[in-house]
Amino acid sequence: MRRDPRDLIRYTAGQRANHWIVGISFILLGMSGLALFHPAFYPFSLLFGGGTWTRILHPIFGVIMGLAFILMVIRFTKHNLMRRVDWQWIGRVGEMVNGIDEGMPAQGKYNGGQKLMFWLLLLCMLLLIPTGIILWRAYFDFPVELVRWAAVIHSATAVVMICLIFVHVYAAIWVTGTVRAMWYGTVTRAWAKQHHRTWFEEVTRR
Amino acid sequence: MALQSLDIQARSATTTPMPGVRGTLDVAKLIDISKCIGCKACQVACMQWNDLHGEIGHNLGSYQNPQDLNDTTWTLMRFFEVEPEPNRLEWLIRKDGCMHCADPGCLASCPAPGAIVQYSNGIVDFHQENCIGCGYCITGCPFDIPRLSKTDEKVYKCTLCSDRVSVGLEPACVKTCPTGAITFGSKTDMIDHAEERVTDLKERGFAHAGLYDPAGVGGTHVMYVLQHADQPELYGLPRDPAISPLVEIWKGVTKPLAIATMALVGFASLFHYVTKGPNAVSKEIEKEEEEA
Ligand code: HEM
Ligand code: SF4
Repeated sequence: MRRDPRDLIRYTAGQRANHWIVGISFILLGMSGLALFHPAFYPFSLLFGGGTWTRILHPIFGVIMGLAFILMVIRFTKHNLMRRVDWQWIGRVGEMVNGIDEGMPAQGKYNGGQKLMFWLLLLCMLLLIPTGIILWRAYFDFPVELVRWAAVIHSATAVVMICLIFVHVYAAIWVTGTVRAMWYGTVTRAWAKQHHRTWFEEVTRR
Repeated sequence: MALQSLDIQARSATTTPMPGVRGTLDVAKLIDISKCIGCKACQVACMQWNDLHGEIGHNLGSYQNPQDLNDTTWTLMRFFEVEPEPNRLEWLIRKDGCMHCADPGCLASCPAPGAIVQYSNGIVDFHQENCIGCGYCITGCPFDIPRLSKTDEKVYKCTLCSDRVSVGLEPACVKTCPTGAITFGSKTDMIDHAEERVTDLKERGFAHAGLYDPAGVGGTHVMYVLQHADQPELYGLPRDPAISPLVEIWKGVTKPLAIATMALVGFASLFHYVTKGPNAVSKEIEKEEEEA
């Protein structure tokens, strides 16, 4: 839906659906994983039908998220290749955090921070998927020393990823006019001009 | 096995203290390998008392049967043909099963509240009704004891007959042993008894006889008298068992620290919004675009 014919299309329906599948699986994974992570979060297991169901479902959500995430990586890698201006942007991220970003280097479809987030999340998934499979006792039986390593890496990476996603979600809410890009795929021209000027110029030139 | 007649002193995935006012006796089972004849009466008694019906296996050229512990085999006679010194063949037979560590790695690893408990007498017991079947206890155990059942996806191991002990009986294996190789009583009595046995064995030419009660796991409530205590590997026992440092990292202070970090990031976001306000599109650019 284009509320205003002048709005710019940022995501196709397929891309949005893909992102939502990843997002929903992430929330389910985070909550079910945390239930097993520390007794303080064990009550989350009630949301999944009890501890045993939590244990059964978590790795299944993991497989769904793993597949959807790979698809997203295939779709978005080309937009996330780091360029010199991205590193410049990251070097001046303090200005962004302070909310005074007018003077920052003009950004393409994604800014340096978003690109870095993309690569960090990919790294997290590359650690979570294999370690998750190693921990999956219902179907696999790996040497115990390997399982111990996997438990440490899986839980530590999960914590890092949860923190990254907090930042990701917060950034989307903080920069007003962003969340709609994930709801119906469009953003206003003014939004694009302010936050992604290079991209704005590319898509409006045509 | 849920038993209200025994006090619980530690409970998996529980961060508050357990009832700890009553002072009860530490119990222990002592297995004297030098007296064991490998008759497997204990293995049978265990299955009979606990109503376990294992699958009938195959003879693979050893008396050891089944080959390994499993969900229906909570104790297993392991047979070792070894040469502790050159040209001196010995047939060592060890009754394997849960060691009931004072510092149990399974309990430390278990994420399900109350799935693993340690009674105040030292017995470590699994309460299968609370078990979620994740197998973390297997990852935490320094002795490779718990077994995940394919039947019900719960974990099983020796209970030290907590049901019998709670009513003043000795474990089924102890009761049945025809040679007196397995004894049961207070931990101090068992250590005293072991010392007598070690002295005797030393007199009989086993210079390195000794008690296996490994300190790395805080001592155990199942102990062995070994003829060759200097070489526990001969019996398939780890030399210095302890909870793996990886398990300590996984389950130790890192967990509360990780939770604090996640909370910090969450609250930092909230307070960032509250202090800096939203990053809205500037009125100026909005106007430019409206006029364009
Ligand atoms: C990508 C595929 C994934 C697979 C196959 C997987 C699998 C597993 C498995 C098998 C376990 C052990 C518990 C169980 O049996 O359910 C586990 C634990 C856990 N998982 Fe995952 N997982 C995946 C992704 C994730 C993600 C994305 C997160 C983060 C949001 C996560 C967070 C956790 C946490 C926090 C634990 C508990 C670790 C602990 O007990 O210390 N997992 N996972
Ligand atoms: S398998 Fe059961 S007893 Fe073992 S750690 Fe998991 S919940 Fe606890």
